[in-house]
Amino acid sequence: MPEQSRRDWPLWEVFVRARRGLSHVHAGSLHAPDAEMALRNARDLYTRRQEGVSLWVVPASAITASSPDEKDSFFDPAGDKIYRHPTFYDIPEGVEHL
Amino acid sequence: MYGNDFSAPGTAPQAQPHTEDGFEDFWAVVDADGRIEPRDAMPEAYRKSLVRQIAQHAHSEIIGMQPEGNWITRAPSLRRKAILMAKVQDEAGHGLYLYSAAETLGVDRADLLDMLHNGKQKYSSIFNYPTLTWADMGAIGWLVDGAAIVNQVPLCRCSYGPYARAMVRICKEESFHQRQGFEILHSLSHGTEAQHAMAQDAVDRWWWPSLMMFGPPDDDSPNSERSMRWGIKRFSNDELRQRFVDMTVPQAEALGLTPPDPDLRWNEQRGSYDFGEIDFTELFEVIKGNGACNKQRIGHRRKAHEDGAWVREAADAYAAKRDPGRTARTTEVA
Amino acid sequence: MSTPQGSSSPPLRSSDEQPCGDPASLARYALCLGDDALVMAQRLGEWIAAAPQLEEDVALANIALDQLGQARSLLGYAGSLMQPTRSEDELAYFRDERDLRNVQLVERTWALPGGTGSDFGVTMARMLIWSTYQVELYSRLASSADETLAAIAAKAVKEVDYHRDHATMWVLRLGDGTEESRLRMQAGLEAEWGYVEELFDPSYVDQGLLANGVAVDPITLRDPWNSRIDSVLAEATLARPEVSPARGGGRDGIHTEQMGYLLAEMQHLARSHPGATW
Repeated sequence: MPEQSRRDWPLWEVFVRARRGLSHVHAGSLHAPDAEMALRNARDLYTRRQEGVSLWVVPASAITASSPDEKDSFFDPAGDKIYRHPTFYDIPEGVEHL
Repeated sequence: MYGNDFSAPGTAPQAQPHTEDGFEDFWAVVDADGRIEPRDAMPEAYRKSLVRQIAQHAHSEIIGMQPEGNWITRAPSLRRKAILMAKVQDEAGHGLYLYSAAETLGVDRADLLDMLHNGKQKYSSIFNYPTLTWADMGAIGWLVDGAAIVNQVPLCRCSYGPYARAMVRICKEESFHQRQGFEILHSLSHGTEAQHAMAQDAVDRWWWPSLMMFGPPDDDSPNSERSMRWGIKRFSNDELRQRFVDMTVPQAEALGLTPPDPDLRWNEQRGSYDFGEIDFTELFEVIKGNGACNKQRIGHRRKAHEDGAWVREAADAYAAKRDPGRTARTTEVA
Repeated sequence: MSTPQGSSSPPLRSSDEQPCGDPASLARYALCLGDDALVMAQRLGEWIAAAPQLEEDVALANIALDQLGQARSLLGYAGSLMQPTRSEDELAYFRDERDLRNVQLVERTWALPGGTGSDFGVTMARMLIWSTYQVELYSRLASSADETLAAIAAKAVKEVDYHRDHATMWVLRLGDGTEESRLRMQAGLEAEWGYVEELFDPSYVDQGLLANGVAVDPITLRDPWNSRIDSVLAEATLARPEVSPARGGGRDGIHTEQMGYLLAEMQHLARSHPGATW
């Protein structure tokens, strides 16, 4: 994709998984000229070089986002598939851990 | 760290008449103390005001690296040198988090830096004061960071999501900054006579400017009310200033140092400290560009940026060579 | 105070925690490595708030902090072995030019010869040279027969590996970036190259420490250093400079003229208040 002239290094979005068992969470963004430097900068900035942390860096231009205007047909409407909600089911009294 | 001391009365962009009709979803979120996120519809005035505020906050962090960075090579012990390096490094990091947050509003960091360099955007005027002695490191940590914390904690709950999240991250890392300043002053004030005098001298010079960080009195702050309606500002300038004084005066006593205010006294009725009248003309002079270090701070910043252009261009060119779909950044227009 | 090289000092009293080797020689060795890191940290500190990009301010501060940490560990250890013992601050702030034992590479300003102002090409050239050397040094020192030195080195290896990556990354980008950056990066290398030879000069290391497996022989570092550097320079389209070695002498306290200014700035405040705590 042809790039217009940029004033600064490209923007990257950073995702951090703080430790095993968690998923990657968006932590912020940074500017870097390429992926290797983006990863290094992300390590310096968002993990302060702690070990055991997993980082993803993604060019901001590669991200496709949903629009807040989209409703209903795009998202699973909360009220529709009610059998996915725990309150749908009657559980007899005294049954625990359900 | 930052304050509300960016513009003098009469120079701040005046609050626009209420043109925010048709943003019912926006108001619903703000009024429920929720978070506006980057792709939400929002009034243009809200967006512009936030860009300016967040950018100026970021500029404050990076300009703030200079008065303290000055003393890294001169720190009087290796431990103090290390702590100061770490603090200044944090400030660079905080600037970066804030520029990120600003960019979610559709601006480019390079443009924000241009506006800093050409004076269209400001930074906290506290950084236009010179750091004359080592004790200034203590005074800045204790008073300036202390004031910044009072300002910043409420921002962790501001209505704009990326800004609030950046502030949470920043506040977590700030915890040691104020403590290190306090510790420096404590060592000095309990050290030799010369060290004690150095500490008191620094407090004498930084006390009033720190109070001015909270900005002009509420009566002189035309944009505060709008900012509060938008859920960006939670407390008024005067409220925050009073909060800061009430927290800080007992700390001064613990330090054995005296704030340079003969009118400072506990008011039993109010449950707060009364303090002397602030001479805001000094603040306005500094904001206008007549502080001791205004030209030097911006000059240093511009030089670092300009001297580094060849480096940034090289990195860009290297990346472009390896990614055929990408063209290198063209030379920046001066 | 300078001890003549190779002289055997009378063994000092032993204790339960007797470090491996003659304490005076061990102290001197640790002091050499510690002074290197101290002076490097001091120079790197000058870059904070002046780097080409904010991300680089963060990275250079990281590296400076690591070097300072190494300095503190090594100087602290050296001081503990002296008679009477001296603290890291006493050693850093109260020794004069002729008593500092760092190599000349690390003490010079970041300016190009005859220039003023810090040059990023000089900085990355020096950092590449220095970090590549330190990786080889510490990876071997981590097996030192002296437990303290081994522990210090083991921690440092991870740090300097990162520094070497950082320097390599930049040398590649500056060498193979724009035509201007290639010229400037080459100029940086030319400015620093004369100070490489001193890194591999073994004359400062006590023979006893070598024989006991305490110290690392600098001669053994040269080949792996060369091999790594040559590969980076080739990939960066840079030429290996041909510069005669500088006269050296840092390990004996013979420094460049720039050392005096560095110490004046670093030490002035502490010396103005002797005995004070900060």
